[in-house]
Amino acid sequence: MQFWIIQGLNSLSLGGLLFLLSSGFSLIFGLMRLANLTHGAFFMLGTYFAAIALRSYDGLNIWVTALGAGVAVAAIGGLFERLVLARLRANPLGQVLVTLGMSFIISDACLMLWGGDSIPVPTPQNLQAPTRLFGFVFPTYRLVLVGCAMAAAVMLYLLLELTRLGAMIRAGVDDGQMARAVGIPVSRLFTLVFCLGAGIAGAGGVLGGPILSAYPGLDADMLPLALIVVILGGIGSLLGAFIGSFIIGFIYTFGTALFPELAYIILFLPMIFVIAFRPQGLFGRVGA
Amino acid sequence: MKWLGWALIAGSLLLPPLLAGDFYINLGSQILIAAIFALSLNLLVGFGGMTSLGHASYLGVAAYISALLTSKYGFGQGAAALVSISGTVAMAGFFGVIALRATGLGFLMITLALSQVLWGLAYRMSDITNGDNGIAGLTRPAPFGISLDGPVSFYWFVLIVATFAFLMMAVFVTSAFGSSLKGVRDQPRRMAALGFNPWLIRWITFVYAGFWGGVSGLLYIYYHRYIHPTSLSTTSSAEALLAVIAGGSGTLGGPVAGAALVLLLKNYASAYVERWNMLLGLVFLFIVLVMPSGIVPGVSRLVTKLRGASR
Repeated sequence: MQFWIIQGLNSLSLGGLLFLLSSGFSLIFGLMRLANLTHGAFFMLGTYFAAIALRSYDGLNIWVTALGAGVAVAAIGGLFERLVLARLRANPLGQVLVTLGMSFIISDACLMLWGGDSIPVPTPQNLQAPTRLFGFVFPTYRLVLVGCAMAAAVMLYLLLELTRLGAMIRAGVDDGQMARAVGIPVSRLFTLVFCLGAGIAGAGGVLGGPILSAYPGLDADMLPLALIVVILGGIGSLLGAFIGSFIIGFIYTFGTALFPELAYIILFLPMIFVIAFRPQGLFGRVGA
Repeated sequence: MKWLGWALIAGSLLLPPLLAGDFYINLGSQILIAAIFALSLNLLVGFGGMTSLGHASYLGVAAYISALLTSKYGFGQGAAALVSISGTVAMAGFFGVIALRATGLGFLMITLALSQVLWGLAYRMSDITNGDNGIAGLTRPAPFGISLDGPVSFYWFVLIVATFAFLMMAVFVTSAFGSSLKGVRDQPRRMAALGFNPWLIRWITFVYAGFWGGVSGLLYIYYHRYIHPTSLSTTSSAEALLAVIAGGSGTLGGPVAGAALVLLLKNYASAYVERWNMLLGLVFLFIVLVMPSGIVPGVSRLVTKLRGASR
């Protein structure tokens, strides 16, 4: 019983991390029609940021680190969007290729700066003691992580549904040309959403640090999970990213625990199933 | 003018084994192998309008099957080659059915995800694939009893296969089927209205590209006599895509020139800097921002301009 509960919580926390990664990916794709292959690298940047900051400054709070990394990665993303992607608006293939090139540059720079060994990220001290609930023992940090992902989901939902900015983003996702015609500054929205997505991924990387630790290739491990989440949940849909993340979190965690060698094949089955019967994804409104 | 170009191409292909040292002959073999791989990807990217980021799957899987069958299961080279090519083609058929449910960026993401799954499998199923250690100690085949262990004999072998592959792909894209493929790339709806089946045309092209990707994988494993999961990685797919885009997608000569460029860059740059992935990324940015149509279309435009000026 303890096994199932612990693995269930692990699935939830991986799902939460995946949501932080794929919600931004999905928003960017939905609005800009851009498959941002740098997204895994943004996440990894956040994790390295946490590893370096938390190990060199004792007593630094992980929440402050997450905020700082989010802002830093958002700034990097914003620069990249303004300087490179904005020149390639009419060339979707070119945009994908430069995001791929950028992901190579970032991951190689991390390897150059911080070496090939994995760097563990310390769990915050006040969250190290396990929590006892109903006679079962839970790792506290993972519980908190799930809470963070939920809070992020609610905030994103409120941002998209209740604010003027959110209304403009939704208009841009549904019909970019029409949105432009009624005077919504779509190009500025692109930069903003790109920064937002990159920032969430960076902060997610910090929060995932204590579970995953920072290592070269983290980006290549996370990006396909985000792609599968988005293909599964439907592109441009926040709800799709949410549900998809937890589905993939469960499948991946239980797959790795029960059939370690086949985890990747098990991961790929729901994707095939969805593509075969519902190519736009479970909650997709936008065709890919 | 035209014969001069042909003479140059023939010279650059035929002379290396007679004049150059072993290093350059081996580099020539690698370029030819990468050229077959890039040409097969170009069938999808350039002629079919399907940008795949998972083409390394076919190279890697063909290479892995051949490596496993010959080293662990005692197959002969001929039988292993046959099984690995048919296995790769079958996989391409299956992946095609999945990936071609989508077009454009969806297609790209699905091919990327599929190839990452294979990469992860090669890493994690270490009982079978040796994981990060790779499979070493392989041998080259000896067709008709001719040993291919020397660089010169191997170069001739690769040159024969590459020439055949080039001609077969040239026939494919210049045939009536090739025209319908370009039609589906540019105007899928009109082609469907004319009674063509766009899905089937794309799928056949996908499988054909997988077949030649598999052939290049076999040559790859014969050349290196070693295989590692990186052959299945996104970097490997991206190198081929860079060769296609840098050389000029949708042309026959482009991917060959692009493959030569990528390999020369990789070999010479690695003598000076360790950071091949970073350089690859920078070249990607440079090509897309500065010469999006590629080298071969750029040069041929230049040649036409010069000819116009000389008249």
